[in-house]
Amino acid sequence: MSTANVTASTSEHPPDRSAVLAVRDLSVAAGQRRLVEEVGFTIHAGERVGLIGESGSGKSLTALSLMGLLPGELTATGSARLGDHDLLSGDEAALSQVRGKDIAMVFQEPMTALNPTMRVGHQVAEALLIHRARTDRRSAHAGAVELLAQVGLPDPAVVAHAYPHQFSGGQRQRIMLAIALANDPALLICDEPTTALDVTVQAMILDLVVRGVEQRNSALLFITHDLAVVATVCERVLVMYGGRIVESGPVLEVFTRPRHPYTQGLIATSDLAVVDARGRLATIRGSVPPAGEFPAGCVFRNRCDHATQACADRPPWTELGDETGYACFHPVTHSRRGFDD
Amino acid sequence: MTEAVAVSDLPAEPDPDAVISVRDVTRDYRRARSSLLHAAPVVHALRGVSFDVARGERFGIVGESGCGKSTLLRIIAGLDQANSGTVLVQGTDITRLPERRLKFLRERLQLVFQDPMGSLDPRMKVGEIVAEPLVAQGNRNSRETIAGLLTSVGIPGDAIGRYPHQFSGGQRQRISIARALAPTPEIFVADEPVSALDVSVRAQVLNLIADLVDELSLTLVFVSHDLSVVRHVCDRVAVMSQGRIVEIGSVDQVYDDPQHPYTKRLLAAIPTLEKALAGAAPADLLDRPNTRSTNMEDEA
Repeated sequence: MSTANVTASTSEHPPDRSAVLAVRDLSVAAGQRRLVEEVGFTIHAGERVGLIGESGSGKSLTALSLMGLLPGELTATGSARLGDHDLLSGDEAALSQVRGKDIAMVFQEPMTALNPTMRVGHQVAEALLIHRARTDRRSAHAGAVELLAQVGLPDPAVVAHAYPHQFSGGQRQRIMLAIALANDPALLICDEPTTALDVTVQAMILDLVVRGVEQRNSALLFITHDLAVVATVCERVLVMYGGRIVESGPVLEVFTRPRHPYTQGLIATSDLAVVDARGRLATIRGSVPPAGEFPAGCVFRNRCDHATQACADRPPWTELGDETGYACFHPVTHSRRGFDD
Repeated sequence: MTEAVAVSDLPAEPDPDAVISVRDVTRDYRRARSSLLHAAPVVHALRGVSFDVARGERFGIVGESGCGKSTLLRIIAGLDQANSGTVLVQGTDITRLPERRLKFLRERLQLVFQDPMGSLDPRMKVGEIVAEPLVAQGNRNSRETIAGLLTSVGIPGDAIGRYPHQFSGGQRQRISIARALAPTPEIFVADEPVSALDVSVRAQVLNLIADLVDELSLTLVFVSHDLSVVRHVCDRVAVMSQGRIVEIGSVDQVYDDPQHPYTKRLLAAIPTLEKALAGAAPADLLDRPNTRSTNMEDEA
């Protein structure tokens, strides 16, 4: 595979495309504990962006704060603009007009995200009625059946009358996707939508997600800890650790030439095909600290092999291009291929 | 379709020299009766499963939810009984033995489960948890032995007095492994031991299992839905679907040259960085109808 010209094209997209979501200085705190710190990124229409990191890195909190669904004891500051709306304004009345219409989310657990006492057709129709995409029940029901057909459920008219417990995990996730896509959202957020599913079902759901957003030219924010999934689904990736974005850029660039040692470690430790002389996998030293107990300065420095005194200060963001960069004093250097091999 | 692929050329009789020898095991479950007029529906969890595991082998079982892999594991571990068929563990038929005669099995075969929180008693201290199999079998256990076991899995010995909730998921899985090793088993059975863990922790736990299997010359039975993990861990693998083993062979053989259409579909569906960076989209993970028909022609 040739990687020589990866840096040349930082973005495949024309620069005039409008930003659907612009997040600036997003922080989430529980009292004095900072759980997400000064996160910023932009997603354009039709763009698929991945957010990766291990448990406790702040990925889900970032998504929940955009949806206005943070638990009461957590507060979000900063700004997140979706069109004319500020998602962090805290204005619940305004947000309820946006949520489910302009911004929608698919959660990890399809078992708990659906209402067990409502027929699934009714749950899809509800999304259409609440936001007045359909004004009467009959046409809302027809719209629901149409959406259930789009997500590949067989015999959608019959399926619409069934209850969630009658479906498997993969089918429930299809129903969740039908609800999320009901109002052609400008931004779809998926939080680990396939983690609980079998690998063949995962492939079908990922395909549906990508086709769903492509047909609607929606922006996608896809959260996962699985690097291979994010590389398959997304064009661009944000790497999160300790509540901060430590690296971002196009998938091919970040996964073939990672700059941050955490990204490099994550890629190495995910790769089960590469082993050392004793047949052992590469690992990242130690484990992810509990929320709010990351070191000051660089959050990764207590697990990093390259950490020095300098890392006690917070590393500034080094910008390599549009939405591409890293936060590290000692970035991984890559020899230019083609010269040494 | 299943018959098209020669699953095995095993002898009909179980092999007493194998560590585990399974022949034609079936297990049916009767589900709750839902009608007065009809008999309760029956689920055929296992429909004639046969295989041998040799001493020191690392044997993998892969398949998706509901394929019967957990039922198979429970029968091998003597936690459930087969409806028909034979299971020999180190030459002893365990299928018809009452619980009081399974003591040898409880010592020689140990299990680690997927959910490390669900399998550790939250009200017991770590030291008591690790000592429990020794206590249950009436063996000696000293503080030094327990601390030594914990150290061997990378948990500091002073963890003895702490409770499971004070540890992270990866550490809890290490504690489960220490407990499994306490009675010095010869067979180590792991049911999805890394599925609930983050990638960086997954690598650490897989390395630990590999170290222990090497050092203690254990026979490993490793069950997972994740084919890439099984490829890394095991020498030989059985692919299960709908209560049957549809393909069995060395990992290289099964992964590089799968014969059964189900195995092919399963392998195609795994997203990998390599495939993705070469431009694979989710649609490429789906088994296309035309490739499926070619597979069938190949077998004919």
